[in-house]
Amino acid sequence: MDPLLKLNNIEVLYDDVILVLRGLSLEVGNGRIAALLGSNGAGKTTTLKAISGLLHVEDGEVTDGTIVFDGEEIQGVDAHRIVEKGIFQVLEGRRVFEHLTVRENLAAGAYTRRDRRGTDADLEKVFHYFPALAERRRQTAGHLSGGEQQMLALGRALMASPRMMLLDEPSLGLAPILVESIFEIIQRINRDEGTTILLVEQNARLALSVADFGYVMEGGRVVMEGTADELRTNEDVKEFYLGLGDAGRRSYRDVKHYRRRKRWLS
Amino acid sequence: MDVFLQLTVSGLSTGMVYALAAAGFVVIYKASDVINFTQGDLLLLGTYLIFFAVSQTGLPWSLGVLVTVLLAVAVALAIERLVLRPLIGEPIISMIMVTIGLSSVLRGLVNAIWGPAPRAFESFLPSGDIVIGPAVLSTGRLLSIPIALAVLAALALFFRHTRDGIAMRAIADDQQAALSMGISISRVFGVAWALAAASAAIGGIMLGNIVGVSPNVASIGLRVFPVVILGGLDSIRGAVIGGAIIGLLEVYTGGYVGHGLSLVVPYVVLILVLMVRPYGLFGKEIIERV
Repeated sequence: MDPLLKLNNIEVLYDDVILVLRGLSLEVGNGRIAALLGSNGAGKTTTLKAISGLLHVEDGEVTDGTIVFDGEEIQGVDAHRIVEKGIFQVLEGRRVFEHLTVRENLAAGAYTRRDRRGTDADLEKVFHYFPALAERRRQTAGHLSGGEQQMLALGRALMASPRMMLLDEPSLGLAPILVESIFEIIQRINRDEGTTILLVEQNARLALSVADFGYVMEGGRVVMEGTADELRTNEDVKEFYLGLGDAGRRSYRDVKHYRRRKRWLS
Repeated sequence: MDVFLQLTVSGLSTGMVYALAAAGFVVIYKASDVINFTQGDLLLLGTYLIFFAVSQTGLPWSLGVLVTVLLAVAVALAIERLVLRPLIGEPIISMIMVTIGLSSVLRGLVNAIWGPAPRAFESFLPSGDIVIGPAVLSTGRLLSIPIALAVLAALALFFRHTRDGIAMRAIADDQQAALSMGISISRVFGVAWALAAASAAIGGIMLGNIVGVSPNVASIGLRVFPVVILGGLDSIRGAVIGGAIIGLLEVYTGGYVGHGLSLVVPYVVLILVLMVRPYGLFGKEIIERV
């Protein structure tokens, strides 16, 4: 079966000069969760924005390669068309509309939908997933706690009833216990709604605990890929992303060794 | 006391016209950060369009109002689509400069079509006076106050409850997040211009009825700036209250001090507000957007 989303060798250029993605390829199977790992500046967020079409407003552009969603090429398509096609990106840092109420934020999430009955049902669904939001539906979103704002960001995505969600660092700045419940809900959304998910996370351990498949990015391309189990047990991933090197924490001198290995990887 | 009451009614009625024009200005500013210098000319356009529809074409007034609003909206949509949309993504200042140019174009167009002389226009707001105690108040002026308030309330409801209204506020809050919801910026800009033109046209219709049809209306349109600076660039409520205050200040100084001063007072207020409280009475303090 063809994957729902497939990126073939894409190249992204910012401001016509800065090459951020250099020949990146990945795919996400229908109904699956894929994790995109990598350190800061590896190009994870750029990858998501290339898919969702949000690059344009930042003067970024997919200059080469194809992005295929459900058999259709979507690179260069306007962001709002891409949401209509069923891809919804949850931006890093929650980004709720602070002056709008919880209810209005959720209505904004359903912007592209015309079926009143469906959105009403989805509103109930969101309140079912996040009872805290139901209690605060009339409150201004700027006054919610960080955890509640992240719930609202996910709730907004649910309101669009997308086939695929792109989640950018949903754990960012949240207390561990909240992170756990957010990830539980992400899994439930995937299982119960059948939503395909591409997850960008700094917290590799967490990401691999929910994902089926993972990609490790570095310098704008994928340097390693495998099932979540493979990646979890891979020595390099353990060392550099999970902080579980065999010899415990290595000394700074061994960074050389790290560099050498990395070259070999890419 | 009777003079005071008459001045108050007259000040509030022109103030509400200011508010209608200012509300349109606020809508565009909120949605796109563009300071729209054509807002006063849209008011002028409304005045001449109602003259065209009712006096020149002979439509009944109800139909005339509808035609006026629709034509004004069409003009605004054309401006948005042909001139401003290609500029989306360019620095805001270029859009602002373009609206200054458009303002002259609109004014010139009105002048070219209808000429510079004032036109005779028979008011269709009920004429006659209402006598309250010692004061004699013009019915037309009195009526224009609730009409304007109703339009402004409708605008406020639009922002609160409709899909496009919520989308506009979302864009004002966080443009990129709004984009990620699938909100189409160009559609929202179009809706903003349509609304701005509609409320300015209604203001223009009221002006035609209470002060007559003449190119002077454009100078009344200029009062939009003191009003929005006082009320706050991004607040509809500010537009209403700012409009009322400026309108009242004008007639009180005109009535009690002298006509000359009343022409200056709005701009004195503008300067004072900019010095003391640059974000206006109800504006958001601009600290974000780094």
